[in-house]
Amino acid sequence: MTQNQKPLDPAQLRGLTRTRLGRRDMLRLFGAVGGAAALSACGGIGAQGEKADTSKDSVDKYWSAQKETGQLNWANWPLYLDDEPGGKHPTLEKFQKDTGIKVKYVEAIQDNGPFFAKVQPALSDGKYSGYDLAVITSGIVFNKFRDLGFFVPLDQDRLPNFNKFAGDKYKDPAYDPGNVLSIPWQGGFTGIGYNPEKTGREITSWEDLTDPKFKGHIGMMGNNEDLPNIALLAIGKDPQTSTEADWQKAADWLNNMKPLVRNFYSQNYINGLAQGDVWISMAWSGDIFQQNLSGKKTGSQLKFVIPDEGGLLWTDNFVILKEAKNPVSAMKLMDFYYQNDIAAAVTEYVNYISPVPGAQAVVKQDAAAAKGEDKAYLDAVATSYATFPDQSTYDKTSVGRTPKAGPELDKWNSIFEPVYQS
Amino acid sequence: MRSRLSPYLLILPGGLWLAIFFLVPMVAMVSVSLQTGSLETGFSQTFNVQTYIDMISAYHVQLIRSLVYGLMTTLVTILLAYPMAYWIAFNGGRHKSTYLFLILLPFFVTFVIRTISWQFLLADDGIVLGTLKDWGMLPGSFHILATPFAVVGGLVYNFLPFMVLPIYVALERIDRALIEAASDLYASRREVFRRIVLPLSLPGVFAGVILTFVPAAADYVNAQILGGSGQVMIGNIIETLYITNSQYPQASALSSILLAALLIGIFVYARVLGTRDVLDASAG
Repeated sequence: MTQNQKPLDPAQLRGLTRTRLGRRDMLRLFGAVGGAAALSACGGIGAQGEKADTSKDSVDKYWSAQKETGQLNWANWPLYLDDEPGGKHPTLEKFQKDTGIKVKYVEAIQDNGPFFAKVQPALSDGKYSGYDLAVITSGIVFNKFRDLGFFVPLDQDRLPNFNKFAGDKYKDPAYDPGNVLSIPWQGGFTGIGYNPEKTGREITSWEDLTDPKFKGHIGMMGNNEDLPNIALLAIGKDPQTSTEADWQKAADWLNNMKPLVRNFYSQNYINGLAQGDVWISMAWSGDIFQQNLSGKKTGSQLKFVIPDEGGLLWTDNFVILKEAKNPVSAMKLMDFYYQNDIAAAVTEYVNYISPVPGAQAVVKQDAAAAKGEDKAYLDAVATSYATFPDQSTYDKTSVGRTPKAGPELDKWNSIFEPVYQS
Repeated sequence: MRSRLSPYLLILPGGLWLAIFFLVPMVAMVSVSLQTGSLETGFSQTFNVQTYIDMISAYHVQLIRSLVYGLMTTLVTILLAYPMAYWIAFNGGRHKSTYLFLILLPFFVTFVIRTISWQFLLADDGIVLGTLKDWGMLPGSFHILATPFAVVGGLVYNFLPFMVLPIYVALERIDRALIEAASDLYASRREVFRRIVLPLSLPGVFAGVILTFVPAAADYVNAQILGGSGQVMIGNIIETLYITNSQYPQASALSSILLAALLIGIFVYARVLGTRDVLDASAG
């Protein structure tokens, strides 16, 4: 740097120090806008799938080409399979020993929606999602999977145990006639769970959730399946035949009782009930049963009731995902769990409704052979509404309404989602 | 060997990373927000701006609520973090790194579990409230969970280190000679703080604000775990739209609106601080 520069003209100094929009800045601006426009213009993704062909010919053709591979990838919900200290699953170990199939079991499903979001990109591309077998709840997400063709139709010839041992209620359900795409894993009820010490009285009706005495201690479920359906039941309408006007009335019922509600929970209303923050809540049968068995610190036991107006029955179902690499192993495992003793072992741990009525006798046998605390526990499992409900309990429940994807579902969502979203 | 290309080669890794993981997703998000369609029928580009208007009119309450919560979180964290950072920087002595480590220690536990532990602590009849109620200091029906205070409290707890560390760094860099000189010139302790230390630490506060306000306003975990039916934040809405409803254009539009709102907030703050160049301030 030399010193023989002329003193700078003020105008030149101004020009040097002020920011100017030069040629380069303009080029950058146009480049950015052009790039954005280009990317926008070539956006747009096509349909993500189409309904699977379930005609007998194509199903037979598919299955005749499949061979046993000796492996299986199974995705399930947490705490949904019997286990013992050390992390092993006794029924799964037995299956692997009996058949020689190696099973990779992952608790990859926290909720139906996020699991769908997880596997959809791969399945839409026609690629393997990493899972052959999954457990999906009947409802809106199940239909989404089905409408996009993400399920492999089952091989009806490979279901001897299912045909022999499954309860009638679980064969040929309305959401999957003929069990073409799924067979049930476990079922459950949606009703009311409450702490009788805090409420001070028995609970018998959905209207009890609107009792001003429980203000600030009422829990509801914040989803677009359980919540709208129980609201329809509460106003005395059958969800299956309800109209848009009924939906609006049900939403009004919900909005009226909203100031009393503590929170619209996604899953953890049970924490609130256990801690005593929540006195009464919409609840799933198995959660209350499990909490009572483990919640010694609450002192008082929670109660579960199916209200007079009716409760909801839902099922979690075995399904085979598209592009599965090991479908034959999947069929074998699905059918394996329909034996009485295996189903009994699962329900003894999971505490949800078993689709195999014959398992109840096995649990009673296990209870008779056990002693002390184990005996009391197994006795409870053998006779509970949450695991082996009797016919009168079933009669009080119905399958909720699952709106069809498209304008019907959009209208349903637009009426009910603002209730728990604002 | 210095070539004319070396500056460009040096920024190539960072630039490429930014381009792939920032620029392309941003453009894709704005692009999707202008599309219409559904999963079953496919999405097509229609430059549909109506989605933005629909989203603002449907969810402006939650949007404003999220920004307000973010703002309250930022203010409370500044009030808590500044004294902490000041004490560590000036009075920490030999154990400065230990104190910093203690502040960071909760972060060894994952975000969600820390928030759930707060749900346990703030339970109506739990350790804190139950004891106070037993002593008769609070009415029996008092609860913190399912109120805005619980959500902001959880946010403050989760983002406190993000505020402490930048302020600490800025305070640490202040030349102690300046403070000595100020005292030599008859400045009281308060004047030294007000006229020397505070202005020099503001770039650190600015960095902390960016690191706290933006994630706090977009958070949804705290609202889900600690909040109630009146504390739904915009993050919860976006989650529902994207995951439950598969309404990708609407979710993208809402995300873009949130992004724009946060950027406007940051630039307004930068102006108020007096910095002409936002990048200059955050680098300081």
